Amino acid sequence: MATVTLRDIRKSYGAFEAIKGIDLDVADRELVVFVGPSGCGKSTLLRMIAGLEEITDGELAIDGKRVNETGPADRGLAMVFQSYALYPHMTVRQNMGFALRMAGVPRAERDRKVEEAARILQLGTYLDRRPKELSGGQRQRVAIGRAIVRNPKVFLFDEPLSNLDAALRGQMRVELTRLHEELNATMIYVTHDQVEAMTLADKIVVLQAGRVEQVGSPLELYHHPANVFVAGFIGSPRMNLLPGTAAVANGTGVEVDLDAGGPRVTVPSQAAGAASGRAVTLGIRPEALRPDANGPLYGEVKLAERLGGLTLLHVGLAGGQNVIVQIEGSAPTRAHEPIRLAVDGAACHVFDAEGQALPALRRNPLAA
Amino acid sequence: MSTTVAPHAGAVSGPAEGAGQRRPPSFFLLAPSVAVLLLWMIVPLALTLWFSFQRYNLLDPTVGGFAGLDNYEFLVTDPDFWAALANTLVLVGSVLAITVVGGTLLAVLFDQEFPGRNVARLLAIAPFFVMPTVSALVWKNLMMHPIYGVLGSVARGLGLEPVDWFADYPMFSVIVIVAWQWLPFALLILLTAVQSLDHEQKEAARMDGAGPVSQFFFITLPHLGRAISVVVMIETIFLLTVFAEIFVTTSGGPGNATTNLAFLIYARALLQFDVGGGSAGGVVAIILANIVAFFLVRTIARRLEV
Repeated sequence: MATVTLRDIRKSYGAFEAIKGIDLDVADRELVVFVGPSGCGKSTLLRMIAGLEEITDGELAIDGKRVNETGPADRGLAMVFQSYALYPHMTVRQNMGFALRMAGVPRAERDRKVEEAARILQLGTYLDRRPKELSGGQRQRVAIGRAIVRNPKVFLFDEPLSNLDAALRGQMRVELTRLHEELNATMIYVTHDQVEAMTLADKIVVLQAGRVEQVGSPLELYHHPANVFVAGFIGSPRMNLLPGTAAVANGTGVEVDLDAGGPRVTVPSQAAGAASGRAVTLGIRPEALRPDANGPLYGEVKLAERLGGLTLLHVGLAGGQNVIVQIEGSAPTRAHEPIRLAVDGAACHVFDAEGQALPALRRNPLAA
Repeated sequence: MSTTVAPHAGAVSGPAEGAGQRRPPSFFLLAPSVAVLLLWMIVPLALTLWFSFQRYNLLDPTVGGFAGLDNYEFLVTDPDFWAALANTLVLVGSVLAITVVGGTLLAVLFDQEFPGRNVARLLAIAPFFVMPTVSALVWKNLMMHPIYGVLGSVARGLGLEPVDWFADYPMFSVIVIVAWQWLPFALLILLTAVQSLDHEQKEAARMDGAGPVSQFFFITLPHLGRAISVVVMIETIFLLTVFAEIFVTTSGGPGNATTNLAFLIYARALLQFDVGGGSAGGVVAIILANIVAFFLVRTIARRLEV
């Protein structure tokens, strides 16, 4: 059992408030990902949980026990750093056994635990090498191994994959998922990479400027973003955000007139808060737009990014806005051609003038 | 250097293969500095070697000619020589120990945040910029003098008998002065090394449950290994030739208590006017320095490999 509870956690550096009151519950064996743009406070928050940064205000509890005043080594946590932070003069075995050595664990037991962790991470043959003789992925695994041998209540990961190349990152992502299943441990993971967030997380916490924007499962954030920021941040390529006006709001949804012209788009959102005539923002995922000879939106393809399986079209609409359209890689559409687009209203989102989403009438079945 | 110069000897007429075309000009461009360096090194070395095999005393011009190994024989059978050798080792060893240990501790100390840190650092490093003669004079007359010195005043203030440092503890006093001069150097090098220690490594050690003392021994000290060997190498080279501090304070005495090899050579050649004997001492010093340098460079070159 290992739960982490944050109650109105704050962090100030002088007059500057970096973390502005965060409430969060991490359940046992859950993998929670903190995600957000640079400087949003996600690493600071992780370091506060780790005990490397003082908590200015609020309460942090692990397993229901307040640990604000407990030192980092006594909280029962283990952290994997972005730079791995391996001790360069020690072998892999010494690196992984260092915490146990500090805790006064006898050599035989230390060796047994290190061997066990090395087996889980397939590091067996590297135990007597030094970090500089290892590749990036192997160093990463040693850093994880150093955390595993301590058998911590909670694993903390601070952007652990950002120093790896793309192929290795994909491989380590799979391995981390496997580890999470095998170790059955609570994990908190910080990243700015939304692919990592979407694939690894049981629960994503989107942070911006020291505040929580939304907490939810990956698909919940994708299908039901709470506001414009989350909508723009989760999903790649970004959601297209077009200004418009709420025309009709009734029980079947909200009809939006786009400022760019074209016919009304009907979005199945709850109408409350969007009286007709109010300015709104219409959010359209790139896959909710498709080329259609009779489509209502008209523009010119400025750029076609062919990814093979998919093609991303950057379209300049007649009204002046740019949108990104995701189509099949087999579609022959070329750059500098005129194009008409159809909108799948059911997959769109409406945000009010404050940027808050109007709740959808029907929840996506995958985003329970 | 050697890799650039070595191929020139035989390869000038060889087939031009790209880089070969640049060889003659680069050789000519290198030649002046190589020639100056050779002259600078070879001429004094050859002269010293030559004099060391000559009967050459400035007081008695009638004695001259080839002396064979006599100068060396006189040198090694002179008890002063062995005393000077021992003094040299004691001086170098003690100063190295004081500066490395003290420098490491001070470096860790000055790495901490505290008000006025930059001023404190500047003050701690300042002694290195005082020239040896001046610092020796300051120590001799203002600090250690039994009548005028600060230490003497303090001793009298406490009702104790002032210590005549240079008479009673001559070697210790010289060591104190030289260590005072070289501690800032060690501090400077080691402080930059401490600052280059990866922040996350220290944090990882903290998470691993290492307290300040364990962090120092398991993380900081191994990280400093390379910088410490650089300090040891550079200091050894300079400490083997300490002269001004001894000349100004004790002139090698009392007796031969503070005579090191450099001072012995000076005394032979310029106080006893025995150029031959002095040169023989010089050759021994060169051989000694090279032995030390050989071992130091070998161990340090291995450490410097990344």
